[in-house]
Amino acid sequence: MLGGLVPDPVLSHTEERGELTIVVRAEAVAKCALLLRDDERFAFDSLRDICGADYARPVDRFEVVYNLYSLRYNARLRLKVRVGEPDPRVPTVTGVWPAANWHERETFDMFGIVFDGHPDLRRIYMPPDFEHFPLRKDFPLMGIPESLPLPRKKSQ
Amino acid sequence: MAAELSRTILQALEDQDTTVTFDDPLEHDMVLNMGPQHPATHGVLRLLLKLDGETVVSAVPDLGYLHRGYEKIAENSTYHEFIPHTDRLDYLSPLANNVAYVLAVEKLAGIEVPPRAQYVRVLAAELARLASHLVWLGTMAMDVGAVTVLLWGFREREKIQDIWDLLTGVRFTTSFTRIGGLAQDITPEAIAMTKSFIENLEVTLTDAEKLLKHNRIFVERCEGVGRVSREQAIALGLTGPLLRSCGVGHDLRRDEPYLVYDQLDFDVPVYHDCDVLARFYVRIEEMRESVKILHQVIDKMPSGPVDSADPKRMPPRKEKTYGRMEELIHDFMLVNFGINPPVGEAYHAIEASKGELGFYVVSHGEGYPWRLKIRSPSFCNLQAMPPMIVGGMISDVVAVIGSVDPVMGEADK
Repeated sequence: MLGGLVPDPVLSHTEERGELTIVVRAEAVAKCALLLRDDERFAFDSLRDICGADYARPVDRFEVVYNLYSLRYNARLRLKVRVGEPDPRVPTVTGVWPAANWHERETFDMFGIVFDGHPDLRRIYMPPDFEHFPLRKDFPLMGIPESLPLPRKKSQ
Repeated sequence: MAAELSRTILQALEDQDTTVTFDDPLEHDMVLNMGPQHPATHGVLRLLLKLDGETVVSAVPDLGYLHRGYEKIAENSTYHEFIPHTDRLDYLSPLANNVAYVLAVEKLAGIEVPPRAQYVRVLAAELARLASHLVWLGTMAMDVGAVTVLLWGFREREKIQDIWDLLTGVRFTTSFTRIGGLAQDITPEAIAMTKSFIENLEVTLTDAEKLLKHNRIFVERCEGVGRVSREQAIALGLTGPLLRSCGVGHDLRRDEPYLVYDQLDFDVPVYHDCDVLARFYVRIEEMRESVKILHQVIDKMPSGPVDSADPKRMPPRKEKTYGRMEELIHDFMLVNFGINPPVGEAYHAIEASKGELGFYVVSHGEGYPWRLKIRSPSFCNLQAMPPMIVGGMISDVVAVIGSVDPVMGEADK
């Protein structure tokens, strides 16, 4: 089923536990997404999830994982891109699947990965003036003191 | 003479065009902040609505008021330690979340679960769906003005919580599943109670349906409201009853069978009207299907153990750890080091009451997940709020929120 997809942008593909994972080049992700959605052989018309992951490694520190579903074939595909520091950027796929809007905002909020071309890239969970990215591995579980504006006690 | 004068004056006044028209004198629309503390937003959802009179011009949902950082907590707790946190995602159906989470971890670790445990899990998940839909039925009906059904819905849900009390030991935050099995086996009393509950539920369902679907106020407030087209629904990644009310017959229990759903006979109700009323019918029908599934589960329930025979990964019964060496060692290792699934990643999703509830788990071979992502249906479904409410009346917003049935514990994670 994926014979036609192996050329250039694909870096690797693996299948484990019955789940197919394809890693593509970050700059090609929107093009790949369009192909996966529109090609009759794949028809991945439903984007179920986008999530980031921090692997805390020197090269390609972050991964962005797209969880796709094809309603026609009842098939799943995990599409991945890898990006590194200091300026992690991935093209947006909101033009392909409007569902990506909030998922990309969440990934930006949690990992600081910027989605180029996103129509409304704001934080979604954390306050707008929050300066850190909580799901990065270097963010402590306890949080960073005074990073969240809390109401002052009345006596102060 | 005076009378004639007054007639003349009156005539002159009537001839005049006295209609007053304002050409938007304030020159801007009104922005209304709905929530986060609002009875109709079902929790702490905040909606910013731009209004032109009573018409919604644009809407921006604002999330995060219940964000507790569960994905961060998961990275810092063992696989077993995270089970109680899943209760607090969709707190109306905690059992379904428990099931979804352990299925993902079991897929990652390659653990087989005995058939009886699988049947009990189906029973638990379907009871959770019923409980969640009963709350939805009551609250949504109340949002559009019918109070009776709320009382009926909560009365029936109370019975489900009594079953949970027998099944799991608690009524609300169940934490019932274990990786590789269940916290405890189901008792004959719990089965008998479930049976008598599902035999009597149909009466309430029929009463509630009759009361609502022939009620002109209810129908007029729901029909044609909150439309989102089939194509839009797919593009926005909707799942669950919302997608099935748009003419897409997609249900993971049938399309990607997990547990023992492939051995059970049930239908997937689909409606094509794409509006609030269609979502009402889909959920009512789904409750009937759940009852059908529960009848089959009780009839087919096999005997046997509910724990997998894998002592290195399934925690032993607590009472055994007090008197037996092997069990004590396993308990020590599991509590201190965890189950250590092999390096890799897995995604498993179930059809929860709101839609696809999935867990994506990445393991580096340690006792803690390296990354755990919760794909929560409420989060994704809420994204469809703006297209549903823009162009409608402000009073329709509460009906639409009711029909989307978001649970903010799950949407905010």
